[in-house]
Amino acid sequence: MTIFLAVILGIFFGFALQRVGATNPANIINMLRLTDLHLMKAIFFAIGLSSTLLFVLMNIGVINPGHLSVKSSYVGVIIGGAIMGVGFAVAGYCPGTGLTAIADGRKDALFFLGGGLLGALIYTLVYGSIQNTWLFNKIAGGKVMLATGSDTYQALLPAIPGTLLAAGIGIAFMVIAWILPKKV
Amino acid sequence: MKGQLNWFKGGFLLAAAFLLAVAFVKPIGVSTQFVIADGIVWNLFSDTVVKKDTASKSGYTSPNAYLNKSGGKYAKNVAKPLNYSFVFVIAMLIGAFISAQLGGPKPAAQDRIAPEPWRNRFGQKPVLRYITVFLAGVLVLFGARLAGGCTSGHMMSGMMQTSLSGYLFALGTFAVAVPVAVLVYKRN
Repeated sequence: MTIFLAVILGIFFGFALQRVGATNPANIINMLRLTDLHLMKAIFFAIGLSSTLLFVLMNIGVINPGHLSVKSSYVGVIIGGAIMGVGFAVAGYCPGTGLTAIADGRKDALFFLGGGLLGALIYTLVYGSIQNTWLFNKIAGGKVMLATGSDTYQALLPAIPGTLLAAGIGIAFMVIAWILPKKV
Repeated sequence: MKGQLNWFKGGFLLAAAFLLAVAFVKPIGVSTQFVIADGIVWNLFSDTVVKKDTASKSGYTSPNAYLNKSGGKYAKNVAKPLNYSFVFVIAMLIGAFISAQLGGPKPAAQDRIAPEPWRNRFGQKPVLRYITVFLAGVLVLFGARLAGGCTSGHMMSGMMQTSLSGYLFALGTFAVAVPVAVLVYKRN
């Protein structure tokens, strides 16, 4: 059953990435050099809408909060993000879109995949020697989220009702998506 | 480009993908599977990289510290490639292929070698693009693994859950990616 879901949900996600133009590196590059914000608007809207619906559906018992999986916050998250940012800007590919771009028949995406497999291998080999360094110093306790709604993960802002906070942030994201200009 | 959805429809479709995944199974993530793919290949040529071990939480262990992390979670997925997360990522390729065949945006022959902003800046030579993208791929996956996730897992799934790590990752990524893109490709 989980394999069946993996196939259906994976096909859906790959379809969505291709259809929104995320597998086209020109769209990513133009977003990052701030000349065409089409993808930025789509991403803000997608995060805002999914976040709002997620917390509302958890609140009314439709989605099981046990399905949440919050990743840890540590120094390496920011530094790793910055390292990724260099390659992301130059190639116009991130791991998911670089892979699915192969289905577009993009030859440069094959080279991205090769480089990606090498980068992941290098990390796998060096992890043992960096795992106890400051790179993994936790930020704000590690696996934390802003809003309440999970029994597993601590909330940074427990005083505000979780659904209200998440919907507030979500709606703000959707408003940003709406007001951002398409072309700059 | 023809066949590409506008930001509203496209964003709606992306939101549905992320929401359905967490509703039925768990949040979407991609970059871990590059490690699993490496591990699967490594495991073909080595008898020692992944071993069964009833004492470990996952039932598998590895002499490699990363594959052995979190009770051998990755080691188990290397030993059993037919698991949810790996199949999900392979299925993404099929989904993108279906979209491209059923009226999705289609790149021209020259776009399949290098995107337009690249050609305008560095010309048509494929080799320069291929080498650069290969090196960029190394940085992207090394960085994503150090961060513990990528655009899908950290940024989209993370910020959807209001996870602090999602905001930190997005901050780190865009603070560097925007100036690098402006520097490399210019604004005009």
